[in-house]
Amino acid sequence: MSTRASTLTGRIMSAPSIIVLFLWMAVPLGMTIYFSFLRYNLLSPGTEEWIGTLNYEFFLTDPAFFASLANTLLLVGSVLVITVIGGILLGLLLDQPIFGRGILRLLVIAPFFIMPTVNALVWKNLLMDPVSGMFAWLASLLGLPAIDWFTNAPLTSIIIMVSWQWLPFAVLILLTALQSLDRDQKEAAQMDGAGPVSIFFYITLPHLSRAITVVVLIETIFLLTVFAEIFVTTGGGPGLATTNIAFLVYTQALLQYDVGGASAGGIVAVILANIVAIFLIRLIGKNLDN
Amino acid sequence: MEKKQTPLGYISFSAFAWVVGLLIFFPIFWMVLTSFKSELEAVSIPPSFISFDWTLENYVEVQERSNYFKFAMNSVILAVGSTLVGLVFAVTCAWAMAFNPTKRTKDALLWMLSTKMMPPVGVLVPIYLMFRDWGLLDTRFGLIMVLFLMNLPIMVWMLYTYFKEIPTDILEAARMDGATLPKEIIFVLLPMALPGIASTMLLNVILAWNEAFWTLNLTTSDAAPLTAFIASYSSPEGLFWAKLSAASTLAVAPILVIGWFSQKQLVRGLTFGAVK
Repeated sequence: MSTRASTLTGRIMSAPSIIVLFLWMAVPLGMTIYFSFLRYNLLSPGTEEWIGTLNYEFFLTDPAFFASLANTLLLVGSVLVITVIGGILLGLLLDQPIFGRGILRLLVIAPFFIMPTVNALVWKNLLMDPVSGMFAWLASLLGLPAIDWFTNAPLTSIIIMVSWQWLPFAVLILLTALQSLDRDQKEAAQMDGAGPVSIFFYITLPHLSRAITVVVLIETIFLLTVFAEIFVTTGGGPGLATTNIAFLVYTQALLQYDVGGASAGGIVAVILANIVAIFLIRLIGKNLDN
Repeated sequence: MEKKQTPLGYISFSAFAWVVGLLIFFPIFWMVLTSFKSELEAVSIPPSFISFDWTLENYVEVQERSNYFKFAMNSVILAVGSTLVGLVFAVTCAWAMAFNPTKRTKDALLWMLSTKMMPPVGVLVPIYLMFRDWGLLDTRFGLIMVLFLMNLPIMVWMLYTYFKEIPTDILEAARMDGATLPKEIIFVLLPMALPGIASTMLLNVILAWNEAFWTLNLTTSDAAPLTAFIASYSSPEGLFWAKLSAASTLAVAPILVIGWFSQKQLVRGLTFGAVK
């Protein structure tokens, strides 16, 4: 198959995609790196000058950076825990023979297809509003005071919304993995007297480990850049309570016009994402060899 | 395992699973229901579930007051446009990688994947400035390009995993029979590749439709799709829940249907073939 001619055709055919992707990533990224060493504010054009690592020093010592880093980690970590544990439980449940399983599965995965801005506004208004929201009414039925979600627990509210969106993703992937589990193995274990708990820990969980890793890595990459949910509900506030790194960079760039500072922040975000990406790419690369 | 389940187990598992499933689906159900209420009933406590005056007024008003159709058209144009442009690039690239692999193919695939890992804020500033300088801000063309490039790695990957499954013996047989390269593509490869291409398109339409970082940052009105339109309801004067619900229902309905049809392919596309 791989004659010289066909290799050449292959190169020519794959070149356009590789070139456009390279331009799309390398050029802007190079510019971001360059800007991050400049004093560059859109409000005072023509005053750009090289200031070395000053932007990074400012960004990394800014209390807003630590607040947003903490928020980012808290958001990513909480959503991961909720969706992975919830995903395993729901996956196991949906893997059972149950009435109307096909339709039920459609209901469970539906949130994943809801656009982030709709997700955020439906939760914020229809469900979490402290006066007319569904949760406030449920609390009043139980005789509890209504919670003003976005004032008293803003980050928790964002975590709930984002988890609702990503839980179906975890369910979908883990369910697919569960369905490839060898039934004979389970039956053999049952014959040997293993209970459902030990079957779960010694057979099911090890079988799922790879799918769980994939869910964790892919979700992390998307969750590091959660933006729209914050943009339409809290705008990063109150204070910095719901500002993550992505939102901080956005405010510096497009609200404060500080191109240099925002670029330094962007590079920090890229480095954070790369730490996760290295593991994911290795894992997928290994898979490609098989 | 399946044989052993008792009727009681079946019923209790089913009941429990349905309660959980309906709870997860509830926000969507509630949104659709609220879209048929009047603004007054939408905020009434206790909330009414069935006994309210069902009305289509919100849907009419969403269109009349805010020209919903324009935003919907933009969403369609951006999603379909970026998918079609992406398809031209991705099909040729994935085809070459699957059938004429070189030593570097694997590296190229992984490198493409790595571009997808790049957080958009890392390139927000230069892209915004370039768009401003080139007059691409708030244009459909600019956004189609961004969405196309953003999803290109996923498209190439997904097509690659599908093309890999096409038996190469058939291609060789066709070549022996004297099929030229264009004929080989059109009559042999394409029919077998179509299901994979179709699901790749669907996934890409879903991702482009729901994309809300670039669409919010690079549009204001002319090219603004539904993500941005819905975001405009976050301003205090726009807090009309029934209308918000009607607009939201319209915005998510088509993609929900597409998503339901392509749930299996979705796993493959979003995990880059790591889970099948």
